[in-house]
Amino acid sequence: MSGPAVELAGVDKVFGPVRALDGIELTIGAGEFVSLIGPSGCGKSTLLRVVADLEQPTAGTVRVRGKPAAQARLDQDYGIAFQQAGLLEWRSVAENVELPLHVHGVPRAQRRERAAELLEMVGLTEFARSRPGELSGGMQQRVAIARALAPKPSLLLMDEPFGALDEMTRERMQAELLRIAGETRAAVLFVTHSIPEAVVLSDRVVVMSPRPGRITEVVAGRRPGSRPDLAPDDVEDVRESAAFFTAITDVREALRKGHG
Amino acid sequence: MARLRTAVSAVVAFTLLVVAWELAKAVLPEDGVRIGDTRVLPRTDDAAMPHVWTVLARFGEPEVAGAAAQRTVGEAVASGALFTLGLALGGLVIGGVLGAVLALAMARFGLLERALLPWVVLSQTVPLIAIAPLVAGWGGKIAILGQPWQPWTSVMVISSYLAFFPIAVGMLRGLTSPRRADVELFRSLAAGWWTTLLRLRLPASVPHLLPAVRLAAAAAVVGAIVAEISTGTRGGVGRLIIEYAQSATGDPSRMYTAILGAAVLGLVAAAAVGLLDLALRRYRGSVA
Repeated sequence: MSGPAVELAGVDKVFGPVRALDGIELTIGAGEFVSLIGPSGCGKSTLLRVVADLEQPTAGTVRVRGKPAAQARLDQDYGIAFQQAGLLEWRSVAENVELPLHVHGVPRAQRRERAAELLEMVGLTEFARSRPGELSGGMQQRVAIARALAPKPSLLLMDEPFGALDEMTRERMQAELLRIAGETRAAVLFVTHSIPEAVVLSDRVVVMSPRPGRITEVVAGRRPGSRPDLAPDDVEDVRESAAFFTAITDVREALRKGHG
Repeated sequence: MARLRTAVSAVVAFTLLVVAWELAKAVLPEDGVRIGDTRVLPRTDDAAMPHVWTVLARFGEPEVAGAAAQRTVGEAVASGALFTLGLALGGLVIGGVLGAVLALAMARFGLLERALLPWVVLSQTVPLIAIAPLVAGWGGKIAILGQPWQPWTSVMVISSYLAFFPIAVGMLRGLTSPRRADVELFRSLAAGWWTTLLRLRLPASVPHLLPAVRLAAAAAVVGAIVAEISTGTRGGVGRLIIEYAQSATGDPSRMYTAILGAAVLGLVAAAAVGLLDLALRRYRGSVA
């Protein structure tokens, strides 16, 4: 049995005079890839942080794997990656990947094994002993993703993880992420402000508008969610397909509507 | 490579100092330089500025001229410096522990930071000379575990009074230095305060802590020497400076041996911190 990964019902979040989130209703199925997109200030990051239990909602309920968000955080049901890779400089690449396991007292041998496995998955095996500072931005971000995956979470929360990368690296990372999400069968909640990125990655694109932060529309993405074996080559095909451009237009129009 | 360059520049700097000293003696008039009635440059005769080699030679001579079976000045200064080094080290350890505990408490409880930090800063504005007799006075009235208070205990306490400050301030800065994102990462990992301290805050504080320990070590040495002088504690290099200075008119070079001894003491303390630096280089990183 696998219930939904995330259920949000009537979620409000108020910061002083600002209604950052207003009546959010959203359910993310197990293994589903959902992107949040919208102009800055639309509350997409806040929404992700509420799911991560880094912010408390002012009203409404947040359930992750059927549990309250705080319990899910304590149980390590999710892994998280931010825009900045946020690697610890005094740890080697492998030790950074091991961090979540280290914090939870997993024995060293097991940690080593898992880190090696993950570094192979993100293609950084030969950099295991390097310092984070010696890696490029894209490589650092791959380490951060590997770290988020270390406790084998069933949900991956990503807050503009490729925002600081150049376009070429970004497209390669998107393909990598799709492959990893397919392999691990984890659900992904992905915050971005790039329309093509949202479309190419997602089963569903959730479009938000600011002041107050609301979900205005949900557009079907172009990722065939039923194909966990999706290879990077296929992603390139998606990028050039007519359906891809139709979806981009749909999202763009939804964004414009929300703004106007 | 960088280490070698540091060593070379240290030797060059020392040589330049010696050359400048001897040059001043050679070029400037013995009676100093006066403008009107005011002397703007000091006397350069042998009583005020003995030759470098006279000072160095004095190390090998008996402490009191003419007396047989006496220890040499070198032995006296070395044993004095060693005594003071021990007290300064004790002061550094006590001050370090005190500073670290204060910093941890302040980092843990924001209220405590607001309540304590002004006092920590204020503590350093009180002149050391004013506290020294107080500490010695209190010390005479208490006994710890049945052991009477020793004069050197006062010196160690005063030395720690100077040493705790840079450690408390530097470590507090270091403990609060992790970026918000790093702190949130640990929260998302369901790490408690102690785990976050051990795996994030302490490693992140090292780049702030190393310069703080360097300052604290220098302060501990200065504190120990000044405390020896102002409490009249025997056996250390502080006492030697006073003793030798009192007879400086008759024996000028001997005073400089004690001053050199104190300077070397500072260098030894700095070098010890350098070793710590080497041991912790993995955490040194760059201070954001």
